[in-house]
Amino acid sequence: MTLAFAAIAPISLASFIAHAKQAPAAPTSVQPTSVPSPAPTPAQNAAASQAAQPAAQAQRQSSSIVILDPAHGGTDLGARGASGIRESDLNLYFAAQVKIALEQNGFQVIQTRQGNENPSFDDRSAMANAQRGAVFVSLHVGSTGLPGTARVYVMSDLASATDSNGLIPWDRAQAPFLPLSRRFGDMVQGFLAQRFKGSPLNSQAAAVRQLRTTAAPAIAVEIASVAVDDRNVLDRMAPGIADAIARGCSGFRPLYVVAAVNPGDRP
Amino acid sequence: MTPRWRAYLIGMLAIAVFIAALYVPVLRRRLHQAKDVPTVSEEEARRELTQTSPTNPNGPVTKARLFWSAGARDGSLMPVSIDLPLAMDPAPRGKQVLNTLLAGPIDAELRTLPPDAVLLAFYMLPDGTAIADFSEAMATSTPSGIQSEQMAVDSIAKTLEANVPQVKWLKILIHGQEVDTLAGHLDLTRTFMVNAKATPMPQTSAPIQKSQGTPSDVSNPLAPPLKGAPKAAGGIAVPGTAKPAGASQKLTPAATPGKLAPPAKNP
Repeated sequence: MTLAFAAIAPISLASFIAHAKQAPAAPTSVQPTSVPSPAPTPAQNAAASQAAQPAAQAQRQSSSIVILDPAHGGTDLGARGASGIRESDLNLYFAAQVKIALEQNGFQVIQTRQGNENPSFDDRSAMANAQRGAVFVSLHVGSTGLPGTARVYVMSDLASATDSNGLIPWDRAQAPFLPLSRRFGDMVQGFLAQRFKGSPLNSQAAAVRQLRTTAAPAIAVEIASVAVDDRNVLDRMAPGIADAIARGCSGFRPLYVVAAVNPGDRP
Repeated sequence: MTPRWRAYLIGMLAIAVFIAALYVPVLRRRLHQAKDVPTVSEEEARRELTQTSPTNPNGPVTKARLFWSAGARDGSLMPVSIDLPLAMDPAPRGKQVLNTLLAGPIDAELRTLPPDAVLLAFYMLPDGTAIADFSEAMATSTPSGIQSEQMAVDSIAKTLEANVPQVKWLKILIHGQEVDTLAGHLDLTRTFMVNAKATPMPQTSAPIQKSQGTPSDVSNPLAPPLKGAPKAAGGIAVPGTAKPAGASQKLTPAATPGKLAPPAKNP
């Protein structure tokens, strides 16, 4: 399939290399296990341990990365309320709050947009796919739903596939991560349900476009809703939303174990 | 001309004038009736043109189950039974139930689909994939949001499942084209599972109607490839062509994810 893609859509060498760097981290387990570090042999003395240290450090860092995606932006305003509330603005506001809460919990946060720009779905996914061991959280405010509640969505069933070269098709990047995403989503939804009465207890499956191309445990959080008359109702939810997501990420962190970085695996 | 013929001619003209004088009130009445005919909007006229008249108006009336919103603001749906003279053939039957779904429930609050959306075409593929082609209003008027978009697609899928047992998958087009999302969130590049246990459809009944832009891309990431069909560009099963030996083995999903293939570039 990948070869077929290449046949119908010529890809420049530069873009191919750029995308090759977006190889996903292989999830090895959803159980809290430690990644076995290579035992140093007499031949691999100080130099080897020095080499292992950055690798382990890289792993530690990458498992603490959260890609925060304030959805929409630019000309894409997202959902709009009768009182002039715009989803794209709200998402950015919520993202700022969530970022603070995550950083307080020791996470490194990368936002897919900082201002009123509108990266494509693929560009946003690429930011997550370029990181090893990151998790992806897309923030939304819906048009409908019980006001004052929040729902977590994970990608619905998606058949995984690899081509003859072992490459995962871009449009099915989420498939290998579905069990992890469900676990992650349930965890965040549990904390949201505690904070916001009326929210479901478990995450729900939906064919969210943004999640499909994301090669990481990925969830979409939708807050209800732009239909409220007063924006302050939504603003008051921000600390609770931020806290629930941060606690969910912290709870999920020890469960998401990625394979150790093997030098030479990547370009 | 002799005086005798002149008298005949004058007599005939007098008779014609007399008949015309009698007909004038009738003409005046018809003109008045024409003024009273209500003008229809472009969208209404379009709906009338595309609306399916019951295929068997004198046939047996069936209890159709349509899924509209349950009104709980949590995205749940509620089945409503309606007596409809449904066709036996799956394609016109599907079109009938979807047109009724579009017409909406008595309580407008329970709508799942926008009132100005029109079903332009509905047809079935031999593998049980139903193609529903809606007007642009489906994308522009559906409230933006994961929950609202999911509810719209769910209501279509569940209504088809309840009334057209031959439908296994659902593919939604907008004005004959595949679009990225319904209203910014829900992925419409994929097909949706309707009924895994759908009964196979006789080969003779598909397709019955095709709109402009008949989909060449009937990608179905969850569906098995059509029997004897190879994978074309993008892993799409192409009906009616021979399957190369070993093609299915190459695309068998691997146990662990590998590197990620680059996204398809739009020309």
